Amino acid sequence: MSARTPGRAGAPARRRRPAGRARVRAWLPGLLLISPSILLIAVFVYGMIGWNARLALSDKHKPIDDAAFVGLENMAALWQEARWPGAVANAAVFTVVFVGGALVLGWLLGLLLEKGIAGEAVFRTLFLAPMAVSFIATGVVWRWLMNPAPAERATGLNALFVHFGLDFLVNEWWTAPNLGMAAMALPAVWQLSGYIMALYLAGFRGVPEELREAARVDGASEWGVYRHVVLPQLRPVTLTAVIILGHMSLKVFDLVIAIAGQQIVADVPAVYMWTTVFEVRDPAKGAAIAAYMLLAVAALVLPYLVWTVRRERSEGR
Amino acid sequence: MSGAEAASGAGTVSQAGRRAGERGGAGRAPGGGRVGPAARFTVLVLLAVVFLLPLYVLVVTGFKPFAEAGAGRAWLPPQTWSLEGWSAAWDALGAGLWNSVKLVVPSAAAAALLGSLNGYVLSKWRFPGADTVFTLFLFGMFIPYQAVMIPLQQMLVGAGLMGGLFPLILAHTVYGIPICTLIFRNYYASLPQTLIEAARVDGAGLLRTYAHVVLPVSAPAFAVALIWQVTSAWNDFLFAVFLTGPGSWPVTVQLNNVAGSMVVPYNQQMAAAVLASLPTLVIYLVLGRYFMRGLMAGALKG
Repeated sequence: MSARTPGRAGAPARRRRPAGRARVRAWLPGLLLISPSILLIAVFVYGMIGWNARLALSDKHKPIDDAAFVGLENMAALWQEARWPGAVANAAVFTVVFVGGALVLGWLLGLLLEKGIAGEAVFRTLFLAPMAVSFIATGVVWRWLMNPAPAERATGLNALFVHFGLDFLVNEWWTAPNLGMAAMALPAVWQLSGYIMALYLAGFRGVPEELREAARVDGASEWGVYRHVVLPQLRPVTLTAVIILGHMSLKVFDLVIAIAGQQIVADVPAVYMWTTVFEVRDPAKGAAIAAYMLLAVAALVLPYLVWTVRRERSEGR
Repeated sequence: MSGAEAASGAGTVSQAGRRAGERGGAGRAPGGGRVGPAARFTVLVLLAVVFLLPLYVLVVTGFKPFAEAGAGRAWLPPQTWSLEGWSAAWDALGAGLWNSVKLVVPSAAAAALLGSLNGYVLSKWRFPGADTVFTLFLFGMFIPYQAVMIPLQQMLVGAGLMGGLFPLILAHTVYGIPICTLIFRNYYASLPQTLIEAARVDGAGLLRTYAHVVLPVSAPAFAVALIWQVTSAWNDFLFAVFLTGPGSWPVTVQLNNVAGSMVVPYNQQMAAAVLASLPTLVIYLVLGRYFMRGLMAGALKG
């Protein structure tokens, strides 16, 4: 570190406006240093969101059209057609199964591991490994596993079911008309439940042993300790997990493309948006779909973000 | 997995010790340890088998010759082990793998560097409104990128920047700033403020303090941020399909093209999926604890 240079730290010497100017001199360099990033985020996140909103409210239905303001016309028109409500319904089914499935499985894995067990590190590494892989690669395997072809030609799980005499389990997977998206959620559960396990594991181990001990001294059974001491402490973890899984679910794209391509039976808003931009080439409609996706994510995530930053600040970090 | 992990690991040992002691003392306490370790272990092994099914399929099918890769022997190991699928996959993905390397390295480095500067300012040189700026940054981490994609495309086309890997590098850098800022801010928040104050008293300004005091201790946070960025840029598909053309497709797009066409045999599809996933899987296996910390940061669990 440099030698002491008396002149530089001289802010307190200026007695005229001791507080104001010294304080500005203290924080201004920091603001300048971060300003390139502020500019980038302002332009590429908020500027582009604003631009997208303007497009969504315009009649630019061909790339070469001029954009005139038409209000909520595009946003309303989506609900009049057949495809959009179907995509929303599919996303809803996917969300319920994916969020519910990953939450329950992740919680169970965390519970099984939390007291320590032989080979814990191996289990943990294994369950978390799918997180390192792309949804596209996951989709390649799971499309094979969930091959809907009838048993005699089937690969994958259907063939396995037949082999073990579990024919009643043979099904159409993601190609089933109404609840196909429940099957589509299975690979996502496989991929994300290790992450949820890690969150719960940290949560379980964050519960002070004294609390559990106190409950045991009070005569609580081991189940009672979980029921009344440990599980209530995990509510914030569950909230975090729901937010993380929920916002991923609303955006699901790669996995659906890798498994089903652009087939309508597995349509979701993100796939519809892609088709609209690349095949239909309708910027205004694509922007309207994107705007709905943003609104859905914002409604889920914003309150959580504000709450997290406030709480953290009040805890004095 | 970092200090926290070590701490919880130690907690486990002492808990186990205490529980054992408690059982010895109180005898067969009713309800105590109703689900024994053996039962838990059995359930875990069963779940592990289910988790490993896709991996089994990938490897076994990848090593089958074309003739065996159909439905008939779907779950059985290959009768003849063959590298035919692997060499076909390598031919199909080679260019994509190289494109991915070329885009992942610069974008991860740039985003980590910016994140480091931002995290430093937001934790140690705070300015009025710093929390608001931070919250606005964070939101950028959760947005569906569809909501910026059409304008981004139009802007790049308008500026004549479309083509090649530049659009992807730009996107992964800019949209990586929020998470990197978060990772570094959390990390720097744990540095004692007195360290910064001491440098200030010594007359070191913002940049000198960063270069001489903060940067030298930043290696773990750089590891976390770089691994996160490399993994997410490598696995990205959305930006890639919107912002690149055939010559510069990264590996995910090429993998999807290989697998999406019905004529490509399964042995080649599975081998391609393994090839495309190997780099990030190896990073995960070797540097798991840094990967884990990135995941925790992503959940705002610093």
